[in-house]
Amino acid sequence: MSADWRHRLAEQRGLLLAVGLFLAMFTLYIAKHPAGLTANVASTAANKGVLLALVAMAQTIPVLTSGLDLSVGMVLVLTNCLASRIVVGSPAEVALGTSAVLAVGLLCGAINGAVVVYGRIQPIIATLATSSIYYGVALAIRPAPGGDVATGVADALTGSLPGGVPASLLVLVAVVVVVWVPYRRSVLGRAAYAVGSSEQAAFMSGVPITRAKLLAYVLAGLLSAIAGLLLTCITYSGEASAALGGTYTLTAIAAVVVGGTSLFGGSGGAIGSIFGAFVLRTIGDLLFVFDMDALWQPLFLGAVLLVAISLGSFRLLGVRNRLELYR
Amino acid sequence: MKAARALPAVAATRRIDPAVLAAFGCIVLLLLGGSLYSRNFLSPDYLLQQLNVAAFLGVIASGVMLVVLLGHIDLSIPWIVTMGGMMSTAAAGWGDAGAALAIPIGIACGIAVGVFNGIGVAYLRVPSMIFTLGTNAIAQGLMVLHTSGFAPQDRSTEAMHVIAVDRTIAGIPNALWVWAAVGGMAVLLLTRTAFGRYVYAIGNRERAAYLSGVNTRAVVVGCFAIAGGCSGLAGVLLAGYSTKAYQAMGDPYLLPAIAAVVLGGTSILGGRGTYLGTVAGVILITLLQSILSVVQMPEAGRQIIYGTVIIAMLLLYGRQRRET
Repeated sequence: MSADWRHRLAEQRGLLLAVGLFLAMFTLYIAKHPAGLTANVASTAANKGVLLALVAMAQTIPVLTSGLDLSVGMVLVLTNCLASRIVVGSPAEVALGTSAVLAVGLLCGAINGAVVVYGRIQPIIATLATSSIYYGVALAIRPAPGGDVATGVADALTGSLPGGVPASLLVLVAVVVVVWVPYRRSVLGRAAYAVGSSEQAAFMSGVPITRAKLLAYVLAGLLSAIAGLLLTCITYSGEASAALGGTYTLTAIAAVVVGGTSLFGGSGGAIGSIFGAFVLRTIGDLLFVFDMDALWQPLFLGAVLLVAISLGSFRLLGVRNRLELYR
Repeated sequence: MKAARALPAVAATRRIDPAVLAAFGCIVLLLLGGSLYSRNFLSPDYLLQQLNVAAFLGVIASGVMLVVLLGHIDLSIPWIVTMGGMMSTAAAGWGDAGAALAIPIGIACGIAVGVFNGIGVAYLRVPSMIFTLGTNAIAQGLMVLHTSGFAPQDRSTEAMHVIAVDRTIAGIPNALWVWAAVGGMAVLLLTRTAFGRYVYAIGNRERAAYLSGVNTRAVVVGCFAIAGGCSGLAGVLLAGYSTKAYQAMGDPYLLPAIAAVVLGGTSILGGRGTYLGTVAGVILITLLQSILSVVQMPEAGRQIIYGTVIIAMLLLYGRQRRET
């Protein structure tokens, strides 16, 4: 076991890099923040970070199967609009509404999975088309921004616990423990990695390819729906915004890559994506505490993103045979 | 004997991709369906107006198609289009020399960003989807800085307006001539030059192309540069069409451009596709959008139908072959 620690370390390099980057940046942020690490600062940072982290987790699972889900942002918007309508009223109504929102997320994921697996349409274009459908449904549910959400639930999920621990962080931990860890250890979870590394080899080894791919998209829908619920709790309202959905989809892909998951599939994991999301969110916060001119912020964000994703190119220096570069 | 007789028929069906035929079939169906609603749908004036609008998407899709044929994707289209429009109108504010150079400057900016994309994808080997995403963010940052920092001119020049809107020759919109020129060059490039063959070869298997002595990296950079130039040109045309350049003017063009290329039978995995198909895809998307807005469908219904129709068409003819 101790003999292969080097191999294990190399496998987790992307994750460790993201964790290190996040810790360094967050420490800097807190050190520079005028108020320091108060419960309020922590929960605000956590809410934004956890939201993106959930969407990034959702994106990770299809990416592991060397697919892609461009509809995660729109599922977030759709469930946000739905939750702002039905997660209100008595505790029983809230519970029913919450399960309905999660069920809609599962349904969206199942539609994506069915179109990709049974329809045999390329994931990029298939989820692009379904995202247009989900956006239309979101618009139908909530033509104008507004709505409401059960205040008790919202405050409990987005506030901070005694001791100053942000509640949303606990939500994230719960999602990891209840959804990701069992999935990673299940047959279909391992099948997702196998399909991502080589679909042919997976097929030859009798891996359940169809079910693995289907489940990947279904879980992506579920995780996006959880993010949609959290968004509703943070903003106390719903809005069918195409820009919001697009931004979340694309930023989530960036978070997945920063977190060390290969876009070609087969390696990485949701934990890395969580820290990738935290890194991206902290960059924005850092620009804020360092009083950077608002005009320069978008350019700086873009540059940091580009540098972060280009870091992987250092491996090219170690390539001895040029043929390895080409697939 | 039997095989010999079957051969011409095989050759004839091979010449035209069934996906392209299906796309043109869908166009006819859309026109017929539209004409049931209103007779204006088949009038030459309406059709020319649609083609004028389609030309903008067509110019963008020409570049996107080259990149998709390589097996890559370009997500930086939205802000290259915006940059092309904004830089050309800004150049127009520099006096007479600037106004004369407005159009080439818009295109050149697009090419510059395209070359940058190409270097990232070909030399740094970053997956194109994520690298062009980063480029898009940078282009956006540059344009935000440019518009708010220097307050440039955003009105288009007379020449830009003329090539985007007017009908100088034989009543055909000038924008359509521009698309025809871009399309003609794309067809020549893809079917009559070694570069075109390399594009298909790389899309099929980059390794094999490299081993055959193709300078694959230069070809990839070239394709991204052309795609950037096309987007820059489209930005110039769009700025001329609406007489001004504005933030996020390219945002509504990314998804329709990719959808048009794929609906036209080009494989998103690269290596397969014809320009005729892209033309069909562009017209198909433009007509679909036009019909949905003419029947005064609310935005929600439009989005749902738009997505459903794209999936339905892909199910009809865009399915991958069963693997293994």
